[in-house]
Amino acid sequence: MENPFLEEILNITLLSLRVSGTAVLIGALIGVPIGMVLGLGRFRRKQSLIRFIDITLRSIVNTFMGLPPVVVGLVVYLSLTATGPLGPLGLLYTPTAMIITQLIMAVPIITGVTMSAVGSVEKAIREKALSLGATDRQAAWMVLREARMGVLTAIIVAFGAAISEVGGIMITGGNIRWVTRTLTTAIVVEVELGNFALAISLGVILLSMAFVINFVLTIIQLRGAKR
Amino acid sequence: MKKPSKILRAVIILAVAVVSVLAYEQYLSSQKSVIVLATTTSTYDSGLLDYLMPKFESKYGVEVHVISVGTGQAIETAKKGDADLVLVHSKKLELEFINSTYGIHRVGVMYNDFMIIGPLSDPAKIKDLTNATDAFKRISYKGAEGNAIFVSRADKSGTNLLELDIWSMLGMAPSNKTQAWYLEAGAGMGTVLRMSNEKGAYTLTDRATWTSFKNQLTNMAVLVQGDKILLNPYAVILVNPEKYPQRNYKGAVALAKFMISEEGQNLIKSFTKEGEVLFSPIARNLESAKQLGFPDQENELAWYDAQKL
Repeated sequence: MENPFLEEILNITLLSLRVSGTAVLIGALIGVPIGMVLGLGRFRRKQSLIRFIDITLRSIVNTFMGLPPVVVGLVVYLSLTATGPLGPLGLLYTPTAMIITQLIMAVPIITGVTMSAVGSVEKAIREKALSLGATDRQAAWMVLREARMGVLTAIIVAFGAAISEVGGIMITGGNIRWVTRTLTTAIVVEVELGNFALAISLGVILLSMAFVINFVLTIIQLRGAKR
Repeated sequence: MKKPSKILRAVIILAVAVVSVLAYEQYLSSQKSVIVLATTTSTYDSGLLDYLMPKFESKYGVEVHVISVGTGQAIETAKKGDADLVLVHSKKLELEFINSTYGIHRVGVMYNDFMIIGPLSDPAKIKDLTNATDAFKRISYKGAEGNAIFVSRADKSGTNLLELDIWSMLGMAPSNKTQAWYLEAGAGMGTVLRMSNEKGAYTLTDRATWTSFKNQLTNMAVLVQGDKILLNPYAVILVNPEKYPQRNYKGAVALAKFMISEEGQNLIKSFTKEGEVLFSPIARNLESAKQLGFPDQENELAWYDAQKL
């Protein structure tokens, strides 16, 4: 591309998508299974100790759903810094460091929303399936199938949080031009430099991008609901 | 249980692919020569580094990653082993960095100066004072009366540290907590300039950032300049390779050599905004380097010149 300005904006946009997309994708692989297990609530009727553990786990997930991004950023920074425990990996100030930051934010969100989606359909579907002669396992599978739209919601929510996050990736990515500058951190720079026109255009790009992605996900969601 | 659905399988395959691409990229970038320069917001916000670094990068085929933060944070980043060299401006912190043995070979690169700027109405009547300390005193008096405001960077940057030095010469340590006229912004120079403009406040700024921003600052004027205490020299310091052997020491030497070379110094001199030179080179002007607080400039220069790439 000849226009260096457009080239940079494209670079920034693609990096934002890559970082947040990867974080949410990996986050879904971790969070959805955990959320499903917790949501199925198989432990609930058993001994009080297991019940206690179940409640504790749920509370932890719910607490971590609201993790402040800057705190996550700070902890990831301290782990990845050269003198920190993961320093030898040399990951600080790379896109990978930013993905790790957003992953830590995304997992509890995906787990939590999945958990409540599964929980909300569990009772009705399970009883119906059992009364129709399904085994315990088959009933659980039915519940998970019914909750899949809620799982998609979980992914949408997590992606929205990740793509709009700025405090955490600022600390772990270092906001290096062409390397770790995303839409949100670029907006911070442009505001600092007083280029408000550019800052607001970046904001519009961010918003339109979020809209397009949510549009596609919503279509999938509606189609899935009809089936 | 039924077989996992196609979608689930596709997602897993996609995730595995993404992770392996990432791992591969990480491997590639670890092979590539990258120099991490931790520096101040003033050198970055003025546009100097975006002007200088591409020339160095294309000449040596390396990548320079610029982390632009306050001087305090830049040195802290280097101390933790997350940068290869620093370009900063606070003699006190620089010497601490050297004394801690984390930093080596401090060399003067360039300088500009600080100025006290304030609202056109100038309620503290400091215009044309030649003594920055006097000006600060008047601002604090008017501030106490409720007729003036001062915005402090409050971010441990070089600019902030000089400001605090001037207050301490007056025996003062102003704080937002007890003095309503003293605003601790905790922000970069550009933000503080705009805040001052909005609030009709006084502040201390470096010339480079002021020149880059003055078109946006319709309310503000330069009020005090030329005091010796307001000189603002920038130094390059390498991170000690004995502390962090994994860092790119060779690259750091190359970049430092470039900045203090004839070529680099001429480039710095030719960087202008609105027709004004923003930074004056001093690396090869031993006399002014000495006056600006680099007594070892001659030896350090000789050391850098002797380094083979």
